Amino acid sequence: MSELLLPPEQRYASVINQRRNEDGSELSILNLGPTHPATHGIFQNILLMDGERILDGESTVGYIHRAFEKIAENRPFYQITVLTDRLNYCSAPINNMGWWMTIEKALGIEVPKRVQYMRVIVMELARIADHIICNSVLGVDTGALTGFLYVFQFREKIYEIYEEICGARLTTNMGRIGGFERDWSPAVWSKIDAFLEEFPAAWQEFENLLVRNRIFMDRTINVGPISAEKAMSYGFTGPNLRAAGIDYDIRVAQPYSSYEDFEFDIPVGKSGDTYDRFCVRNAEIWESLKIIKQALAKMPEGNFHADVPEYYLPPKEDVYTTMESLIYHFKIVMGEIPVPLTEVYHPVEGGNGELGFYLITDGSRTPYRLHFRRPCFIYYQAFNDMVRGQNLSDAIATLSSLNVIAGELDA
Amino acid sequence: MSDTSKYTMAEAPAGYAGEGFFATKLSDVVGLARANSLWPLPFATSCCGIEFMATMASHYDVARFGSERMSFSPRQADMLLVMGTIAKKMAPILRQVYEQMAEPKWVIAVGACASSGGVFDTYSVLQGIDKVIPVDVYVPGCPPRPEQILDGVMRLQDIVKSESVRRRSSDEYKDLLGSYNIK
Amino acid sequence: MALESAVIQQKVIDQFGLKVADFVQLHDILTFEVAPDAILEVMKYLKEDEILRFNFLTDVCGVHYPEYAEERQFAVVYHLHNWVDNVRIRIKSFLPASNPEIDSVVPLFLGANWMERETYDFFGIIFKGHPQLKRILNMDEMTVFPMRREFPLEDGGRTDKDDRFFGRTQQNC
Repeated sequence: MSELLLPPEQRYASVINQRRNEDGSELSILNLGPTHPATHGIFQNILLMDGERILDGESTVGYIHRAFEKIAENRPFYQITVLTDRLNYCSAPINNMGWWMTIEKALGIEVPKRVQYMRVIVMELARIADHIICNSVLGVDTGALTGFLYVFQFREKIYEIYEEICGARLTTNMGRIGGFERDWSPAVWSKIDAFLEEFPAAWQEFENLLVRNRIFMDRTINVGPISAEKAMSYGFTGPNLRAAGIDYDIRVAQPYSSYEDFEFDIPVGKSGDTYDRFCVRNAEIWESLKIIKQALAKMPEGNFHADVPEYYLPPKEDVYTTMESLIYHFKIVMGEIPVPLTEVYHPVEGGNGELGFYLITDGSRTPYRLHFRRPCFIYYQAFNDMVRGQNLSDAIATLSSLNVIAGELDA
Repeated sequence: MSDTSKYTMAEAPAGYAGEGFFATKLSDVVGLARANSLWPLPFATSCCGIEFMATMASHYDVARFGSERMSFSPRQADMLLVMGTIAKKMAPILRQVYEQMAEPKWVIAVGACASSGGVFDTYSVLQGIDKVIPVDVYVPGCPPRPEQILDGVMRLQDIVKSESVRRRSSDEYKDLLGSYNIK
Repeated sequence: MALESAVIQQKVIDQFGLKVADFVQLHDILTFEVAPDAILEVMKYLKEDEILRFNFLTDVCGVHYPEYAEERQFAVVYHLHNWVDNVRIRIKSFLPASNPEIDSVVPLFLGANWMERETYDFFGIIFKGHPQLKRILNMDEMTVFPMRREFPLEDGGRTDKDDRFFGRTQQNC
């Protein structure tokens, strides 16, 4: 049996021997993950426990490291959306649009107002889809499976809207440099309208189920709190930061894609605990709905893509019939488009926080370097600080409310 | 009382029926029982896991195929659903989970990454889980739609139904596991 | 009143003189270069100065420039953000290929911890004073630093792919 044991330096026995309680009783070590069902993704947390209480912890990540940044250095610009999809796959269109805006900034392309509004609609739908998963799964982790089954239907409705727009459900790979690949069909608009009609009632019901629910409140209030100063130092952004009381939202601080045209509030929490994170995400869903309604009401006339033939792939039927389209198609696909030498950092408000793209071009068809600022990766390092001194079951709720997406964490 | 006509019964295997008796092969009955109560072990690592969540939820409802109970313990699972990219760092863990499962056990590789590495042809990604464990059904797609995952489960049910009760103790099976260095 | 790039530039030059150089406005972000031995002081100054107030470390990443001179082959790029005036800056620090070492900024920003570990993991850049500098995304057993440009994207040990069918040779892949 001895070969089954880990080598001595990897064994935890020495740690346990070194650190004992004051009364001499032993501590224990718990391995949470990487395949634990409550971790929702694969990361390992080695926790030093005194009974139910967590004394210390260490996280290991990288279990689905896929080398995105290395792949990005070997792919043309328009093939990189495929990678961005798979970062935070709960809200893929935000990543797609963020990437297109980055490359448009680098190339100096101005996109029509209509495209910007369409992007806002898609991004806000994606934000709703992201928060649906996070909040309903938090319900599951605290013992309420019903809510998950109930609101997941509406994620399906959002998937159907994506499907009408681009043909894919989850990893959308939506859009082109300068706009969308095709104009939205009438079905898209009617599906969005239907969604706006049905969803609020269902979400209200979900909220009623949990927000003032005694059990849920007991399980989440004061669980995994983080102070505003610490959250800032740890690089928190997005709903998790706002739950700690800082109203930093890139949609307002540095508006992109015409977010300055819309009226909406930034919901903030107070104590940065699990309950506040839940409430902030809930409130953000209502704000997103408000933004979508305004965008629909104010939708300008115009084209669904910018007039940049040297970057925007022409429609296939034109490639076969007109010469200019054929030439541009060839040049784009073969990578003979002019790309200025520049460096761009473009942040967007992703589902989890500031999703930034840092792009260095060298004039060729591929990025010289592309770095993704992945919010999950940056705030997950605070997890051990947040759960220190808490119970094990609180750690599960905290992890769930942080909405750590393994794909984004590990790149 | 609910309306029983909504429920479909599993089809009885071929055999001789008479008054008060029904004679058929033991392996068919065992296969029938196994195929309609496959307990899945969702080994979800990335995007396909979210589609599996959709498969589990009310809209698609994998429970209709006898997989109501998600078994997160490998000891009590029949069907390992590997969903998502398996990095080389993850491969030993996947293998350990497979080894911990009790016989009979089946594996479905859901999605392009689990089947072949998908778009991630990189230094850090395992190019298909069949490099470390034997796979019964491959589901294509990146990610597959819930219908495709359900189809994969149904294809596996076909395999399970027709599997001989002696297969797991046969030399061929031992050779198969031997080729993966699984004892 | 918004914080102007010229003000930032003047203040930083006044404070650090020749340790900072190459000020350039790239799109909306002021970019400049800092000597590697001064990075911690500069960051501390930027963070704690009453006018500059760059209180948020947005990002740390590495870049490898094999075509540059030997003492400028690696760069560490920091993005800082002033939330009060809503201004971003980008700081670069070039390091020699033979000895890529720079001070860690973890004492100033807790969030730098994993970002620096990631940079170490990808490029082999050593952050002096980092509390736990070890690999984070790749396996601990890995011996190379995969984001260095000489390292190929694909796994060299693959047997199931015949390069002839992909039109590839050793040179172009």
